Amino acid sequence: MSGSMPQPADPGAASPVDPVAPIDRTGGYLGPTGAAAVVAAGRATPARWRLLLRKTTFWVGALIILFWVVCAIFGHLFVPYNPLAQQLLVNNQPPSGAHWFGTDPLGRDVLSRVLTGARDILIITPLATILATILGTALGLAMGYIGGWFDTVVSRIVEAILALPFVIIAFLFIVAVGASVGSLTVVIGLVFTPLIARTVRTAVLVERQQDYVSASRLLGEGPARVMFGEILPNVLPAVLVEFTVRLGYAVFAVVTLSFLGFGIQPPTPNWGTDIAANYSGLLAGYWWQTLFPALAIASLVTAVALVADSIEQVLSS
Amino acid sequence: MAAFLLRRLGFMILTLFLLSLIIFFAGQIVPGDPGRAVLGPFAANSAVQALDHSLGVDKPLITRYLDWLGGLLHGNFGKSYAYQSPVAPFVRAALINSVKLAVLAFVIVVPLGIVGGVIAALYEGRTADRAISVTGLSLSSVPEFVSGIVLIVVFGVTLKVLPVTASAGPGAGVWNQFRHLILPAIPLVLVLFGYIARMARAGTIESLNSDYTRTAVLKGLPQATVIRRHVLRNSLLPTITVIATQTGYLIGGLVVVEVLFNYQGLGNLIYKAAIGHDFAMLEAGVLIIGVVYVVATLIADILLTLLNPRLRIGGTQ
Repeated sequence: MSGSMPQPADPGAASPVDPVAPIDRTGGYLGPTGAAAVVAAGRATPARWRLLLRKTTFWVGALIILFWVVCAIFGHLFVPYNPLAQQLLVNNQPPSGAHWFGTDPLGRDVLSRVLTGARDILIITPLATILATILGTALGLAMGYIGGWFDTVVSRIVEAILALPFVIIAFLFIVAVGASVGSLTVVIGLVFTPLIARTVRTAVLVERQQDYVSASRLLGEGPARVMFGEILPNVLPAVLVEFTVRLGYAVFAVVTLSFLGFGIQPPTPNWGTDIAANYSGLLAGYWWQTLFPALAIASLVTAVALVADSIEQVLSS
Repeated sequence: MAAFLLRRLGFMILTLFLLSLIIFFAGQIVPGDPGRAVLGPFAANSAVQALDHSLGVDKPLITRYLDWLGGLLHGNFGKSYAYQSPVAPFVRAALINSVKLAVLAFVIVVPLGIVGGVIAALYEGRTADRAISVTGLSLSSVPEFVSGIVLIVVFGVTLKVLPVTASAGPGAGVWNQFRHLILPAIPLVLVLFGYIARMARAGTIESLNSDYTRTAVLKGLPQATVIRRHVLRNSLLPTITVIATQTGYLIGGLVVVEVLFNYQGLGNLIYKAAIGHDFAMLEAGVLIIGVVYVVATLIADILLTLLNPRLRIGGTQ
């Protein structure tokens, strides 16, 4: 019997048969496991943050992210070769002393491209996630607080959108507007908005039952003031968990779209694009051209997932 | 019970209707003239206009939506712009291929995920639990094409034990088809494992801490019997929901895996249709994915209701 926290009464929102129960089905990795996790998210007190600093998984994830951020910003200063310089005489070289990760079909140094290939990803990912979080939180607050027909209509639309895998929605839009840092940011931001809105809505449904909400309404506060001034601060931990989880998924989205050819176009080094350009060479045995960018992606997404998971655990413990 | 199912069915039809609206109008924002896309940049304007007229894409949007919807209700999915023939046979063949791949992935991952999750729960907080949880989390955050590439490098190129393309060719036997599908299925298994294990773990921990488990232990049942008869039955309920809702993800993940392994499934069909501006094909493919997801969710709800008496009685709220 370890001191179990009393679970807040949930007004049916977490029932698995609720039509808009927050089931993370976006590949769903590491998502809050439905309303329970979000509702259980406590207050983000300093004590909880100190708990976070004691987690090994958090430190491992944070250090890997830091490594890639440093590479993205300063990488061009210390890479052994210019990532764009083509040396056609030494193309498709396997890893050696001169080229640790080998060279690609145009004779460019794979190590240099891997070290500088995170830049676009690290620009698009946070911007898209912030956009999605702002829009999703506002929408979720409105759905949960206003309720009624507004909630019903928007919930239906959200559910219809969520019936499609996000990769498919995203590339429909990218095909339409063309790939650039701006369009990728906006599309990924918009695609994640309904997911965040759904989580925030569930958290708001719990909060609006609390006395402080009735109290502030009795004091004559308008809906906007109650939503953003009273309820928002109390659902922020849930928003924060959702933000870090989506951050991981945004990396996933950017590299996946790049791999499918909807990313930033060459010659800028980008892990996903480089893999897309070179994976046909796998059959010819040029494994280093794809394996190293693939491992770089794996390290970054795993790192973000570890950090997100640590924050979620700390906030819901 | 009947009222509950009817309500769910009604919601499902509404969701599908909204989905058809979203898909149709999203398909329209993809710029470019279908006639031009088919005939190429050097065709005469009059020929392009004639083709547009015969495809019906010069009619007003609303008329085209109603025509399309009417056709769908009669089982007519429209005519491919690129192939100049009905879409349905293409979609059907692709769907069958995708289902083969998805079923294989599920058959591998469901037992694996449940066993992993239950073991993690039984050893909660100890090394086995941490190993399973962190491994699952890391694996499920790695994009499918990344793990796919590592698998191709290891099993296809280095060890040469498995074929690296997914299709066994026409007329191949069951065993041969199966061999070709092993490598493509593993990336999907890796992504889903962490999620299913996580849900199974959470459910098992919850029922291990419940009063009925304590009663079963205290009345002297052997541990194996307690776990089999009392814990598992309750802990697997949330896992069913996850398995059903992951069907939607699975098809999204299929886009990437099918492109990487060059497999002629639904994901590949949608991908090619989007690039080639083949709206009819695109809309039909995306709609089928939506239908699969919505139906899978409904089946999960019905299963849950049948398995859990509490939901059967009180779940309709």
